[in-house]
Amino acid sequence: MTKKTKSLNLNFGPQHPAAHGVLRLILELDGEVVEKADPHIGLLHRGTEKLIEQKTYTQALPYFDRLDYVAPMNQEHAFALAAEKLLDIEVPIRAKYIRVIFCEIGRILSHILNVTTQALDVGALTPSLWGFEERETLMTFYERASGSRLHANYFRTGGVHQDIPLKLIDDIEKFCKSFPKVIDDLEGLLTDNRIFKQRNVEIGIVTKQEALDHSFSGVMLRGSGVPWDLRRSQPYEIYKYLDFKIPVGKNGDCYDRYLCRIEEMRESVKIILQCIEKLPKGPVKSIDGKISPPNRDDLKQSMEALIHHFKLFTEGYRVPKGDVYTAVEAPKGEFGVYLISDGTNKPYRCKIRAPGFSHLQAMDYLIRGHMLADVPAVLGSLDIVFGEVDR
Amino acid sequence: MKALKDIEKLINSELATKIQNSFIKNRELTIEINENDLIEVIQFLKSNEKCKFRQLIDIAGVDYPDSEKRFQLVYLLLSHQNNIRVKVSTQFQLNQIINSITKIFPSANWMEREVFDMYGIKFKNHPDLRRILTDYGFKGHPLRKDFPLTGFNEVRYSEKEKKVIYEPVKLEQNYRNFDFESPWEGTNYLKEIKNLEKHDKKN
Repeated sequence: MTKKTKSLNLNFGPQHPAAHGVLRLILELDGEVVEKADPHIGLLHRGTEKLIEQKTYTQALPYFDRLDYVAPMNQEHAFALAAEKLLDIEVPIRAKYIRVIFCEIGRILSHILNVTTQALDVGALTPSLWGFEERETLMTFYERASGSRLHANYFRTGGVHQDIPLKLIDDIEKFCKSFPKVIDDLEGLLTDNRIFKQRNVEIGIVTKQEALDHSFSGVMLRGSGVPWDLRRSQPYEIYKYLDFKIPVGKNGDCYDRYLCRIEEMRESVKIILQCIEKLPKGPVKSIDGKISPPNRDDLKQSMEALIHHFKLFTEGYRVPKGDVYTAVEAPKGEFGVYLISDGTNKPYRCKIRAPGFSHLQAMDYLIRGHMLADVPAVLGSLDIVFGEVDR
Repeated sequence: MKALKDIEKLINSELATKIQNSFIKNRELTIEINENDLIEVIQFLKSNEKCKFRQLIDIAGVDYPDSEKRFQLVYLLLSHQNNIRVKVSTQFQLNQIINSITKIFPSANWMEREVFDMYGIKFKNHPDLRRILTDYGFKGHPLRKDFPLTGFNEVRYSEKEKKVIYEPVKLEQNYRNFDFESPWEGTNYLKEIKNLEKHDKKN
């Protein structure tokens, strides 16, 4: 006698708390086993690429904060680097250090959110409460540098918007001294936790080959044992002068990716401390008046500065013809900007390469054959933020 | 730089007939090919022992409405072993159908769907060519240059019908696109006057 079975279709999201935003995941279930997953994305699509084509380069930058909104400055960085590469300008050394400090703060911001919400998805509440306190501190650093907790708009082509307040560096240093203790606490809650391990070990395994085929990057790639980090392999800014390790996973499961993120936070703290120690004095943005706006003081005294100011905030600057692709190691993976300029003050085309897009694409392959309860665990370890997936 | 030149030489010698042009600009290697050779070139770049471009980073569509070959596709590839990136670019006309590379790179699936959604470029042998980022039942291809920034439809919740409804876009203020060109480099209004003068002289 054969039993007739019927598969069940289940709508996971778009309002599911473990969907990390607005993901509509259509699951085909056989009992509790997932047979097929079809992610429907685009519910947060805002047409960023289209909008950027209509804005000057200065105006285009804030859109990058709104992509991966848990690590805004890392995104800005990619765009600033692209414009700088086309303009062929040099960034002052102090600006480079400040940029790296804030990129690493962004990495910690993102990893705290990911690690703790992944724990939340599998049933642990406390880590997110502990972690978010630290995130709040980090966001005040953002605020003190840029004036805004989240949408910083701090990086500029040719440097950063303004110098950081004097006391900020001391406070960041103080944070870096105390934060490793918090990581230890988080690890104490999770790393050897039986439930956490049962939910994550050998779930969502990605082999080396498959990680490459599915265009994975960042922790998703390193978790599977591929030692690839753009900060090391194609160093930008001052990363080649810094001493840091690249944690690599072994099994490529959710648990390894969690461990990688925890280790990366420790490395980020080390990087920030090195930067603080070496932080040189000097200008924080390009002194080329055609690209960066003049000082407020000069504006009152110098005619030339006034003209530059006016032209920069109406016309903006022009970027030579050409196309470049620049990528940075964002917390989620390789975040890239493919920029085409036609020689005017607006980008002709700006393609944004979001790491989450490729990661979510592999959802079907990752979850097939797993139980329904594993969906939030795998989704959590993919580190999806819909701002960047939908753009 | 040397590695880039070596790879450029290698690609040119191995795929001589298929490469239309290749150049290094801004420290980046670009190769231009005919759209019919796409599969062979990408397959070669991926599987060749010296190239090893094992990862497809992204596919970018570009629209040049004034050009005879209106669309351009740029495939960004990365080789971990050689630590090199390459851009494979191809230009083609409006209604041409392009071969899908999903067989070579599974990750091309969504990337091609995005290009289809945004530009309306169709791909042959694609397993599942649906829209991806735009709304269900969306019409038009938003990243084409002739698609207006404000779009055509807007949605709102209708108290009367008790559901979300679609309406044509109504703007309180027209979208403003300022002309910022320097006057001494010829703003649009000056260019128009000049053109008018020329026209008058001819008549």
